[in-house]
Amino acid sequence: MQVLIDNYHLYLRGLGTTLQICLYAGLLTLVVGTFIAGCRVAPLTPLRAFGTAWVTVFRNCPLAVVLFFMAFGIPALGINASYFVFGTIGLALYTSAFVCEAIRSGINAVSPGQAEAARSVGLGFGQTLRLVILPQAVRSIVPPLGSVMIAMIKNSAIAGAFGIGGDLYAVGIRQSSAQGEEIIPVLLGVALGYLIITIPAGLLLGYVERKVAIAR
Amino acid sequence: MSDSVLYEAPGPRARLRARYASVITGLVLLAVFGWVIYRLAQGGEFTYEKWGPLIDPTNESFTPLWTLLGKGLGNTLLAAGWSILFSLVIGTVLALTRVTAAAWYRWAVVGVIELLRGTPVVVLIFFAYQALPVMGLDLPVMWSLVIGLTAYNCVIIAEIVRAGIDSLPKGQSEAAYAVGMRRGQVMFNVLLPQAFRAMLPALISQLVVVLKDTSLGFTISYPEFVQRGETAIENLGNPIQLYLFIALIFIVINYTLSKLAVYTERRLSRGRKSSATAEPESAATTGD
Amino acid sequence: MRNGKLTAAAIAASMGLLLSACGSGSSSEEGFSAPVAENPSFEQGTTMAEYADSGEITIGTKKDQPLFGLENLNGEMQGFDVAIGEIIAGKLGIPADKINWKETPSKNRELYIEQGKVDMVVATYTINDKRAERVTFAGPYYEAGQDLMVKQDNNSITGPESLRDSDAKVCSARGSTPSERIREYIDPSRLVLFDTYSKCADALRNGQAQAVTTDNSILMGLVSESENKFKVVGNTFSEEPYGIGIAKGDTDFCQFINESLRTAAENGTYQEAWNSTAGKVSEKTPELPELQSCG
Repeated sequence: MQVLIDNYHLYLRGLGTTLQICLYAGLLTLVVGTFIAGCRVAPLTPLRAFGTAWVTVFRNCPLAVVLFFMAFGIPALGINASYFVFGTIGLALYTSAFVCEAIRSGINAVSPGQAEAARSVGLGFGQTLRLVILPQAVRSIVPPLGSVMIAMIKNSAIAGAFGIGGDLYAVGIRQSSAQGEEIIPVLLGVALGYLIITIPAGLLLGYVERKVAIAR
Repeated sequence: MSDSVLYEAPGPRARLRARYASVITGLVLLAVFGWVIYRLAQGGEFTYEKWGPLIDPTNESFTPLWTLLGKGLGNTLLAAGWSILFSLVIGTVLALTRVTAAAWYRWAVVGVIELLRGTPVVVLIFFAYQALPVMGLDLPVMWSLVIGLTAYNCVIIAEIVRAGIDSLPKGQSEAAYAVGMRRGQVMFNVLLPQAFRAMLPALISQLVVVLKDTSLGFTISYPEFVQRGETAIENLGNPIQLYLFIALIFIVINYTLSKLAVYTERRLSRGRKSSATAEPESAATTGD
Repeated sequence: MRNGKLTAAAIAASMGLLLSACGSGSSSEEGFSAPVAENPSFEQGTTMAEYADSGEITIGTKKDQPLFGLENLNGEMQGFDVAIGEIIAGKLGIPADKINWKETPSKNRELYIEQGKVDMVVATYTINDKRAERVTFAGPYYEAGQDLMVKQDNNSITGPESLRDSDAKVCSARGSTPSERIREYIDPSRLVLFDTYSKCADALRNGQAQAVTTDNSILMGLVSESENKFKVVGNTFSEEPYGIGIAKGDTDFCQFINESLRTAAENGTYQEAWNSTAGKVSEKTPELPELQSCG
């Protein structure tokens, strides 16, 4: 356990990097996921096809493969950025498929009468969605969306293998492999770092879930 | 709510506008796609040297490459199969004991479930690979992967099983008790068989998750599909092509599995519309 | 339905074509075969006698290091480490096809030797004091050193010192010793880490990194695969004598290995092993370094 006490600042910094990745990826994935969900319910066939293709690809592809394409496919197109940017975007794109599905099922949970009423007072597609459906859908979107976000935090560990470095899991790898520290305390420290984020997040989610639960 | 409820059945002008908009978005998407192809072609990614081993049977690397990848896919399926099997068994045990056992045991189970659920699966796999040998448990590398995946997925399956049992009408167990069955009998003869039926779609979806996660085997050099791909890349130097192929195979397999899940769900819910089929929030929908 | 059958038949036919078209796909031998001693005799009870009698040996190596230890598409092993392993096995009367190659990642080398999972490790294994506490080293059979690899037209990076005041990104393998040493010269934010060096080579190729650092032996392999788009800077900043790891305290076996290496260097087998593997991309053939005493 001494290794954790001696190097706690490394683990803290790793935790910080992980949180940073998750913050940016989380914001981005919400935007992208909402946009894709919009595409999937839109009246334009190419947009719907695009949305469906997007979800099919990112839901069924392992994250490691997605991240590979971010780290090596995008530069092959002549676009360069730091691996932090690539990794964060990759994580966000992968997660956006799940965000999209959470939102879409939330939209589907709103009673059809609401949309019909909105249309009958003359609202268009965008207005119906923005003013009537989405505000009501939020409460059934929040719980699954929270699970998606917690899953994303855990998935960020994989992003560390694609050039980012310095995240919590990467610190563990460095300590155990390059510096030859005992493996068990190092990995327990890493696990603890993730649990510090995920368990409170889970509790918070449970609380919110009870708060917004629809009494039927 | 079907999607069409969101907008009016379009009239002639709206149809025309929609057609224009469709064409334009279609063209934009095509343009992006075309640009990607163009840049890849410029970068020399469409040369015979890079694609030949993958698509040309007369290429000298074709047979060894496909054999290598085939074995890798086999190993992926093998590890995924064992993982889902063990997860199912352990998950069911966890779920059942959680419902029935003493309070301290329930708390212990909840604790373990939360710990395993909150830790990234790649950490669990690495732990099984590196720490178990130090602790004296020395297993072939496939079992490290299977143990890591099982540790992670059994608790998710436990939740699925629990939700499956909860979704059954109370009358089922009451009737079973009424005809004199004991608790074990009620569980194994009445509740579990029905619960498994209801859970089947969620279980198949979970298989998709496990299958994707076996790709993390490359971090511990288990010769699964992605790791074999890496070996091929070391020899052939065509990472983009091979990863495209790997992605394609994963998408095809997992898409088929997802469709299978939807199909079973439809079949199962047919004929008993009234009792909503259990739809426990499966990890497959969260990207877990 | 009829259509379905037709397609199936077409696929079967093309499969047949496919199978017949590629009968001879596996001819990528490396052109080196170590001499195999016939019925060598060893003193009873020694490690050598044990292996010679069983006719098999398990050697730990890496499977992803071009030129040193690389598994090819057919699952065969190639490289200088592999050739050295074959030379020693040959001295024990064990032919190459009786060697079990076990993949041994850097982290596990000592552990595998201690647990007896492998009989010896030939895996770009740098001899150092910390490791020598847990295993015994024979050799060294090669002197490597950490170096930098850059693009052919890069003249600004000449060594680790030149990295200090630049903003170059440097790529290495995560969890590796070279990735630790380079931290003395650059800020960690400029360090890019992947799980394999070939990914680093890709990063260098598409401009995501300006230099790759690890042992020059490994860099040579990457240069050869790059069709000379890359070059090794040639300014080593560490000494990495590669040794052969065996069970701690097995002095007899250690001396036997050293003797085998010395003979191989004298009769040209060592040079032949080099020339048919790493020598393909290196102009000079190394001499066998001065061997350490087995203690």
